[in-house]
Amino acid sequence: MKRMLFLTSTLMCVGFAAAAQGELNIVSWGGAYGASQMEAYHKPYMALTGIKINSIDADNPATPIKAQVEAGNVSIDIADVEPSDLVRLCDEGALEVLPIDELPDGADGTPAADDFIEGGLYDCGVGTIVYSTLIAYRTDTGVAPTSSADFFDLEKFPGKRGLRKGAKYSLELALMADGVPPAEVYDVLGTPEGVDRAFAKLDTIKDQVIWWEAGAQPPQLLADGEVVMTTAYNGRIFNAMMEENQPFALLWPNQIYDFNLWVIPKGAPHKDAAWEFIKWSTDTQRLADQAGFISYGPARKSSSPLVGLFKDGKTEMGPHMPTNPDYVADALTTDIEFWADHDIELNERFNAWLAAS
Amino acid sequence: MADIPADQSAGIMRAADGRPLKVALARAQTRARRRAFLLVAPLLFFVLVTFVVPIGQMLHRSVHNPTFVDNMPQVAAWFRDTPAGTEPDEAALAALIAYLAAAAEARTIGAVGTRVNYEMQGTRSLFTAAGRRAGRLEAPYREALLDIDAKWGDPALWSTMRQVSTAYTANFYLAAVDRTRDLDGSVTRVAPDRAVYLTLFQRTFLLSALITFLCLLLGFPIAHLLATLPLRYSNLLMILVLLPFWTSLLVRTTAWMVILQGQGVLNNALVSLGIIGDTGRVELMYNQAGTVIAMTHILLPFMVLPLYSVMRTINPSYVRAARSLGATSWTAFRRVYLPQTLPGIGAGSLLVFILAVGYYITPALVGGASGQLISNLIAFHMQNSLNWSLAAALAALLLAAVLALYWLYDRLVGVDNMKLG
Repeated sequence: MKRMLFLTSTLMCVGFAAAAQGELNIVSWGGAYGASQMEAYHKPYMALTGIKINSIDADNPATPIKAQVEAGNVSIDIADVEPSDLVRLCDEGALEVLPIDELPDGADGTPAADDFIEGGLYDCGVGTIVYSTLIAYRTDTGVAPTSSADFFDLEKFPGKRGLRKGAKYSLELALMADGVPPAEVYDVLGTPEGVDRAFAKLDTIKDQVIWWEAGAQPPQLLADGEVVMTTAYNGRIFNAMMEENQPFALLWPNQIYDFNLWVIPKGAPHKDAAWEFIKWSTDTQRLADQAGFISYGPARKSSSPLVGLFKDGKTEMGPHMPTNPDYVADALTTDIEFWADHDIELNERFNAWLAAS
Repeated sequence: MADIPADQSAGIMRAADGRPLKVALARAQTRARRRAFLLVAPLLFFVLVTFVVPIGQMLHRSVHNPTFVDNMPQVAAWFRDTPAGTEPDEAALAALIAYLAAAAEARTIGAVGTRVNYEMQGTRSLFTAAGRRAGRLEAPYREALLDIDAKWGDPALWSTMRQVSTAYTANFYLAAVDRTRDLDGSVTRVAPDRAVYLTLFQRTFLLSALITFLCLLLGFPIAHLLATLPLRYSNLLMILVLLPFWTSLLVRTTAWMVILQGQGVLNNALVSLGIIGDTGRVELMYNQAGTVIAMTHILLPFMVLPLYSVMRTINPSYVRAARSLGATSWTAFRRVYLPQTLPGIGAGSLLVFILAVGYYITPALVGGASGQLISNLIAFHMQNSLNWSLAAALAALLLAAVLALYWLYDRLVGVDNMKLG
């Protein structure tokens, strides 16, 4: 439901956001995640520097960048994107190349280049969080799924499922549910037979799927009872559990890791101020702070020891972090190169598959 | 009388200042025309800037994509100078590699790769991977490239590169009707698992026709009631028609989501009334039913208003006369009343149909997978795949189809008979 707000706010704000001095237009994913960035970064930075930060929501902040750069009318200063989009946009010259050696060292003195978790630092972007896409379900329906295979088991768990609309995540989940070990998922998906296999698995639940697009939708679908289980971003579900006391639970096995990173679109109106903000907001303490507002792991190794309690002051964040050692064993890390290369073709196939009903 | 000019004697009338009347009239008319033009000039300018130019640009973009030529002019020139099917020689490969290296440096390599990838799936990585290593490649270049990836030897790749090496191309229109070019350049269907657009065009037109029909079915009695009730009641009813018309589209769509969803108002009411069981909830959303219900409601005023304005002007004495001459109420309606409402039916149907064909937000929100329309795919290519040329080609086809329908309507009913209010 909040998608409409995203649609309108993106269209309106991105187009008309003021380009005055002393302002930064930051596009992010909205909802609980956007709120966590507001608390952890934007508010303290505004108090510190007096710079006004306009926080703008989008279903995927990478989408307006190319359009703005191509049209030569860039109003976004910073966007929060997924690595595969980053690589794609960076290759197409739509992003500023950042002087990443200027990033501050970790609190323990580790140089920034070594402090960021592998995959969290690019010459076009700086990582903020590690999040995961995984299966979330309602605990009050009596039966609890225990594996990704259960997500596709309509006999054991009848009812609607939510999936993110798009090839990414859906295909990986389908393969893992079909018995492919996480380490081999992208090898299998790189072959035509593997793609067919993934779509064949998706076929088994096709008429029971509700497709979501904005990260705020899955908790909404679960809360409304529209779906019995859904893929979701772990932090959104965590915040709905903590703040709205929703009877949700997460299925950690076969979680799919990914990063979110700050990028500066080429030709951003406040490029230098944006880079100052990125340097400040990705230091050890700030990244640790953000974990207090939503259960996403910090992209710096040195931040992990500083992560403490949720903002309610009593919940330990450790067990809710995707980076918790207990959950890592059969997790899948998103293959950025794979998606940068195959995003278009697999999504075209996905669209055709979706429309043929 | 010798000083009378010759032409006066020939019967030419003159204005008071002595100029021929014809000239004076023409000048006065020119002045009036110029003034009239100046009055409409702001509107004309507005229409040009906001309507004609963007649509023109869109149409241009659907056949024009200079990514390859702009980024690799020398390679494009080699393709231009050699006949189709020529094996790339060392000079061409050297130019290619030089540009791959330069493009990787300038970070435009992805743009070229993406352009080729539009036509031949899975080739983007060839360009990015080669670009990363192009600076270190040495002659002979053919072996060096094949060493990076054997796909560089694929004749289909070179045939595709030849196709995209010209800025002007009809390939996006081919893609928009699920066609592609094979190795020798002839047009073929795409693989069945990639065909999507024709299905969606068909679905868009079928659903739009259904929605138009439903709007007519629901709108006709309402408009009739509005037109025949005494003014003080009909004004109240009119407010009920206009209130949703004035409400934001998003609000109305969201309201339908609340009503239609599985645990929504309608299903809950049906369950509590015992009409359906708790497990047998009706699926009214995230499918075609959701799209049809919500769009019919949202577009209904566009049917009611033209119908109402036409019915308002129909003289009730015609029907009374028919009845008094012995017609049954059905015959009087069919032979006398209905034909007089045709201009309203035509206007309303055309309006609803054209709006429905281009509808985007409502199907995106309540349509699920099966209720998606072609506009959702246009939005996908605008926002996600960023293949604007394909989006433009799809939009142009939609525009052409609507224009064709308009022409057909004009031939069958006559646009002059249309009344919008």
